[in-house]
Amino acid sequence: MQPQNGIPIDYYIWLAAALFTIGVLGVLYRRNAIIIFMCIELMLNAVNVLLVAFSTYLNDAAGQVFVFFIMAVAAAEVAVGLAILIMMYRNTKTTDINILNRLKW
Amino acid sequence: MTLNLFYFLSFLAVLSALMVVFSKNPVYSVLYLIITFFTIAGHYILLDAQFLAVVHVIVYAGAIMVLFLYVIMLLNLNRESEPHKSNILKFAAVICAGLLLVVLVGSLKGTEAIVQQSGKAGIGYVKTLGEVMFKEFLLPFEITSILLLAAMVGAVMLGKSEKTNDTI
Repeated sequence: MQPQNGIPIDYYIWLAAALFTIGVLGVLYRRNAIIIFMCIELMLNAVNVLLVAFSTYLNDAAGQVFVFFIMAVAAAEVAVGLAILIMMYRNTKTTDINILNRLKW
Repeated sequence: MTLNLFYFLSFLAVLSALMVVFSKNPVYSVLYLIITFFTIAGHYILLDAQFLAVVHVIVYAGAIMVLFLYVIMLLNLNRESEPHKSNILKFAAVICAGLLLVVLVGSLKGTEAIVQQSGKAGIGYVKTLGEVMFKEFLLPFEITSILLLAAMVGAVMLGKSEKTNDTI
């Protein structure tokens, strides 16, 4: 289980789990919609790290191609999400997500 | 040597990710997120995925983070007084995230048994990745282009102001 760079894959699993958890923590902890978007990016990157680690350790290039697709989806998501955020700011003059509670219940 | 580098990059990544969540000013959050992305690019280089590291720096630190910073400057959010949740909600968020970490580590434990190293190296090069992408994943590649087109049209439609009183 020792790859060419000498790091066990467990370490990458722990790193990715920690980064993903920090992303979830940010989504639950903050109320600013822009910070929540950034934490979603953090979660996507944790998954990317895990995909690249398994792709290298299993010698399968498909995982790295998937990371490309995840990056494209993340770029599209950020573009549309920030456009929605600007619309929301234009109407309510704030980025607090507690203002947007009309879809609740 | 590489293990020390891994420890350094991981520590920096986790620390700056925590600072993204806990810093008061949104501009500082964006800057810490850029540090996180650079350390993740360093991890890609450690994992022999050089081309992916370059693309990661270009796409994330070059495009997405500039977009974030631009929107924050546009919305004038660089003041310290922004809304915060109550303390009990913050405590509940920390507890939930800690439980999720325990679940993730527990469920992914023992993965090293299925990973078997075979000697071939160099799958992170442009040649290998291009062959895989344009032979096995040609249809998802084309669908991704349609997705990007749809996102571009959607962003323009959403960002377009109504004809009457537009302030921004």
